[in-house]
Amino acid sequence: MGANRASSEVADASGSARRLNIGGMPSAPTMLLLTALALAILVEAASLYTIAVMRAALLQGGFSSGFVSAASVLLALISVLIALPLIRAFLGWRDVRRAVARGDVVAARVTGSGARGQGWIVIGYGFAQVLAVLAGQFLLANNQAVTKTFFFVPLMAETFPLVLKAFWINVEIFTVTEILVLIWGLVVALAMLAPGAAGKPLRIIAAAYVDVFRAIPAVLVIYLVGFGVPLTGVPILKDLSLTAFVVVALTLTVGAYVAEIYRAGIQSVHWSQTAAARSLGLSYMQSLRFVILPQGIRQIIPPLLNAFIALQKDTALVSVVGVVDSFNQSMLIATNHYNLSAVTSVAVLFIVITIPQSRFVAKMMQRDRARLQGGGA
Amino acid sequence: MAFIEIRDISKSYGDLPVIERLSMTVEEHDVVSLIGPSGSGKSTLLRCITGLEAIDDGEILVHGDRITGAGVDINALRRDIGIVFQGYNLFPHMTVLGNVTLAPVKVLKLSKAAAEERAMALLTRFGLADKAREYPDRMSGGQQQRVAIVRALAMDPMVLLLDEITSALDPELVSEVLNIVRNLAEEGMTMLLATHEMGFAREVSSKVCFLCDGAIYEEGPPGQIFDAPARERTRAFVRSIRDARRI
Repeated sequence: MGANRASSEVADASGSARRLNIGGMPSAPTMLLLTALALAILVEAASLYTIAVMRAALLQGGFSSGFVSAASVLLALISVLIALPLIRAFLGWRDVRRAVARGDVVAARVTGSGARGQGWIVIGYGFAQVLAVLAGQFLLANNQAVTKTFFFVPLMAETFPLVLKAFWINVEIFTVTEILVLIWGLVVALAMLAPGAAGKPLRIIAAAYVDVFRAIPAVLVIYLVGFGVPLTGVPILKDLSLTAFVVVALTLTVGAYVAEIYRAGIQSVHWSQTAAARSLGLSYMQSLRFVILPQGIRQIIPPLLNAFIALQKDTALVSVVGVVDSFNQSMLIATNHYNLSAVTSVAVLFIVITIPQSRFVAKMMQRDRARLQGGGA
Repeated sequence: MAFIEIRDISKSYGDLPVIERLSMTVEEHDVVSLIGPSGSGKSTLLRCITGLEAIDDGEILVHGDRITGAGVDINALRRDIGIVFQGYNLFPHMTVLGNVTLAPVKVLKLSKAAAEERAMALLTRFGLADKAREYPDRMSGGQQQRVAIVRALAMDPMVLLLDEITSALDPELVSEVLNIVRNLAEEGMTMLLATHEMGFAREVSSKVCFLCDGAIYEEGPPGQIFDAPARERTRAFVRSIRDARRI
């Protein structure tokens, strides 16, 4: 019975009752290509105009005319590259028309898909080029006021040694804080996970600390500790340096975040690992130390590095209590010269140290994901 | 005096009773199989014996010594009672050798060299010597479960609890694990195994306990339980196993 029914269905399918319907003869993507063409013409006109203005400004700024002309020609050539996909799109469009004329459905589909792809590439790159033109116009606006305010190269070059030296203070502060936070965060995390009835007060205190210090803005903690503790006159504490105060303040703030990261990492290790460790006779602390922590730490390296990147940037906050870090130094320069270019130098320094770390974290997380997917259970 | 004596123990998770007034005994060199439907309390019983779950009522004695309740040195107890889990639970950040030597070094305080010597002897015996430096996630399920058994044996336990150790394995890997258990049974290792491998239970067991609703419903030598079960629910269970051709 069952076999008969199955075979009759097969007969139906191969007969005329049903046919696969995935569309007939495709048409050429004319509208898309005309849109791409219009966009490309507009973008190219705007690009060439912007390059011309830039050239005039650079010549006026006293750069050698040979260099300026070469740079302008290079930029113009780059801006014309958008014509390449446009040409490919129109060649594809022509092929579609020919295939349609021949009645070749498959060829029409293939070439049509190619032409459409190239058309979208023109549109995608065209929009990116619009953004670049807008950025260029912003820099050139008002007789290059923007450029001179933020990127005044002679001032940047002149003050860079001073800024770099002050940036060293930031590096010092975040390096010391990172080391302290690694220890302090783990201590707090272990307190948050203290077992049994005896551990309860510890758990409550640790949880309260984490909640409170994640709630207070870092800049407030720095202000309170940096200005407050010297005022209290508490022996020993009041004699510490300002830098020591801000390190303590940052450790308290970031430590709360890092404690949470540690706790999440420890708890992410499956309970069956604890069961296996304890069933072998290992004590609570031994299980934690030899089995749970080593696995938890692997999981927390990416979020930990993210917390460190945030900390590094937060070192700019120490200027509120008068530590002469790079930001504070650049503000002094900005006031003296009525120009923000030195602050831009500080921004560049932060970018230079931060981006490699961010990329490293992203790569690491990608690798972990790949391993998780490959590893199965 | 029985080697292990379980007296009227009860265990519930919240409102859900898992074990209700269960009693049984295990003699030295016994191989006792716990069979029964899912949720009948087999795994929980094993976890109670090794102290991974605290019982609510009753007591468990080993050599007449009470091992449940407050004040028992649970870590000392676990040195002598080994358990192997369904999911292997190897430590993924350690090599096979690291897995097997961790507890002997940290708990039994053996020197690293002595622990490694003992581990290598066991690994060699069970055909795993070439895997000593391998990490668990690079091995098959059957190999991982054999390592888990070796890890438990490295503590030289008096009794081994096996909690459905072949349930997570692909069918073709089951026999390599069961061969080890067979081997240990021949050697006289006292074992308590929760299992769905009825044919194996019948072959190696000295006693089979059929669990139902958290208590021992019927127990006896394997021939009796599988061929001539006395009570109705045992008969129904054995019949359904036969219908599924799992025996």
